[in-house]
Amino acid sequence: MYTVADLKKGLKIILDGDPYLVVAFDFVKPGKGQALYRTKMRNMINGSLLDRTYRSGESFEPASLEERTMEYLYKEGDHYTFMDQQTYDQVVMEEETLGDAKNYLLENLKVEVMLFGEKAIGISLPNFVNLRVTATEQWAKGDTSGNDTKPATVETGYVLRVPPFIEEGELIVIDTRTGEYSTRVKG
Amino acid sequence: MKTDALWLRANVIKATRDFFWERGFLEVETPLLIPANAPEEYINPVVTLPSWQLQTSPEICMKRLLCTGHKKIFQISHCWRSLERGSRHLSEFTMLEWYRTDCDYQTLMVDCEELLQHITKICLPDKGYFAYNSVKIDPFSPWQRISVQEAFLHFGKVNVWDCLKKGLYEDILTSIIEPALAGFESPVILMDYPAELAALARTKSGDSKLAERFELYLGGLELANGFSELNDPLEQRNRFEDANRVRTCSGQAELPLPEPFLNKLATMPASAGIAMGVDRLVMLTAGVDTIDDIVAFTPEEL
Repeated sequence: MYTVADLKKGLKIILDGDPYLVVAFDFVKPGKGQALYRTKMRNMINGSLLDRTYRSGESFEPASLEERTMEYLYKEGDHYTFMDQQTYDQVVMEEETLGDAKNYLLENLKVEVMLFGEKAIGISLPNFVNLRVTATEQWAKGDTSGNDTKPATVETGYVLRVPPFIEEGELIVIDTRTGEYSTRVKG
Repeated sequence: MKTDALWLRANVIKATRDFFWERGFLEVETPLLIPANAPEEYINPVVTLPSWQLQTSPEICMKRLLCTGHKKIFQISHCWRSLERGSRHLSEFTMLEWYRTDCDYQTLMVDCEELLQHITKICLPDKGYFAYNSVKIDPFSPWQRISVQEAFLHFGKVNVWDCLKKGLYEDILTSIIEPALAGFESPVILMDYPAELAALARTKSGDSKLAERFELYLGGLELANGFSELNDPLEQRNRFEDANRVRTCSGQAELPLPEPFLNKLATMPASAGIAMGVDRLVMLTAGVDTIDDIVAFTPEEL
């Protein structure tokens, strides 16, 4: 168990059954008064923010979270299945939990899955992924309209802006942190 | 960055020392390791050797010096309060305390004005103001004085006695009153506290529910706490015992009473004394928002 003295930024605790990350913390103590421990916490499942104030003597259950390397297997409806290649354990995550990460999930991609007990609550992706362009307009040579990008759809269904010289069937590198085109995979 | 802060800190301490020397105060050093502090509900001393504690404030020893005939004394010393750490708190911090006989808390309020104006002249000659959380506080502008009752009514629309009864005093003070005081561009004195919030202060003549205690705020930051000193040993003992009762009820350890202090207290003339946080004074002079920026090392860096 943690006590109020353990509170600091980055601490992970369980509140009402959900894991929370302490994102801001301050100790306040008016002259001659009781100490108050002010926290701002982020729910690690749905991302919502919460302000809570604690007093001396209160305690918290630590949230034990585990990160495991898993492979993305398949999608069914809005459920995405991942598997640990060592233990063959499988976990399922909803589209809503995945957020933007779903744009880069190609079968067999290795990702880090964050587990809270048995429940998968998020994934971290490699910073760069390679995806094949499945649809984009032909670049009309001599186009002088000044547009320096055009839309392109990649094999996961994700649509992004790419330079005009990118053609259908090409493999491109996407930065998963920004969602933007990075470079073209040569050869 | 840190080098500048250390120079500024040294200058603030030198200017403070000069201020009191020029006014005929005796600079004293009292022991930091003592058998007993004044027991308080929510202040926990750091206990070192068995039966010895580090001082949470030099007040017990300084008041004993008033009993031996000293009339104006000051001290800049380290104090320790267990488990206090935040953007405005360090478990080990530097405190300035000064005491005067034959006066009450009103004299200390004037001392505060003159001290802060002196520090501004010496340490901030070009800028001319303190700063906290981007609010500029000009010590040469007229100081505001608000009673605690008025502040709770005006800013919080609540009665301070109700808040005390419901255990909401600290919440209202830190979440409504202090943020409201943060908007003032002059120093603010919050005064006349409910007597139960001033264990070592004299009650106001004509209203025993109030204590002659005040707190000085700059930009919403609590800088100093001063009061007219209680010198009735029986009343003082009762209040210490009350504090210990609150402590035991809330599962905290009972604290030893400073017996020699209680034995001498009857000989202390009418006096007033005040404690000012030196680290916070340096923060305000440097215009920084966290105490970490103005100390040589934080506990986490050790």
